[in-house]
Amino acid sequence: MMSNTPRVAVIGFPGSNGDHDALHALAHDVGVNAELIDYRATALNGIDAVVLPGGFSYGDALRAGAIARFAPIMGAVQEFARSGGPVLGICNGFQVLTEAHLLPGALLRNRTLKFHCHVTHVRLEDAESIWLSNVSPGEVLSLPIAHGEGSYYVDDETLARLEDRNQIAFRYVEKDGSLTDEANLNGSVSAIAGVISEAGNVLGLMPHPERATDPLTSNGSGLKILSSLLGSGDGRQVAGSNRHNAVR
Amino acid sequence: MRRWTVKAIIMPKHGVNDPQGEAIKGGLQSLEFSGIEDVRAGKQIAIMLEARSREEAVAAVERMCEQLLANPVIETYSISADEARQESAT
Repeated sequence: MMSNTPRVAVIGFPGSNGDHDALHALAHDVGVNAELIDYRATALNGIDAVVLPGGFSYGDALRAGAIARFAPIMGAVQEFARSGGPVLGICNGFQVLTEAHLLPGALLRNRTLKFHCHVTHVRLEDAESIWLSNVSPGEVLSLPIAHGEGSYYVDDETLARLEDRNQIAFRYVEKDGSLTDEANLNGSVSAIAGVISEAGNVLGLMPHPERATDPLTSNGSGLKILSSLLGSGDGRQVAGSNRHNAVR
Repeated sequence: MRRWTVKAIIMPKHGVNDPQGEAIKGGLQSLEFSGIEDVRAGKQIAIMLEARSREEAVAAVERMCEQLLANPVIETYSISADEARQESAT
């Protein structure tokens, strides 16, 4: 059993601030082997899954995620993602994934021009991913957000393609799961809070699952996402995963 | 080699929300500037570089825009180049 425990890497960029939150949640609440990998490393060394954490890599210079996308470790992350390895981008990590073209779209300044820092509700849409195997479609999760540039943008053509291929993972909703303009606080296209890659192994989302894993501070919504890595509990699901073997 | 100041002007694409531009527009209107139809906010990046010709200088910054400076999903860019004045020799 112990030998099957997945090894999950959290990449630390200069300016990351959610890296240790992610490490703590993964190690203490999910129970995987979590390790910090420096952005200057060039190899992932047999890691089973990668998390790009939240924060402000390179101080958001130019565009959020634009510089981090070219960090030395990103070559290995891109290769890992392309070969079907599970990659999760949280907040700034999501921004890095769009800049690296591992996920479609881009994240713009919130329409309110405010930095939003509170708990939101997001609904799982009809998307299949190893990162979502413990969540049911239509289920509403309570997750904190903390971002100034989280307004998801894609053009109409790309939006239609995302809908067609079930790549929209989460939408901002009210507590009861209904879509309202107010719930879409940052003004994202189609209220999108998270998307997956075509193969489903890469998930990017603006809310912070790693800050909603402890029963003392959350209802455990974040744990549902992060513990999806463990699948049914034998830890095998994570290895060589893709949308076909990431069964619900 | 000649020295150039090449400026890349990067703007939000047509149809992409620009809340900064909207906020600036509101500010201008509250100062009672009239007739404002739209305000868009982008950024200008000035790069000092050496190149044999204007074409070469512009082409270099074009590659920078493609790779890093602009995000084609949300932005467009335009480039202009000025030759830097030579330091006066004594």
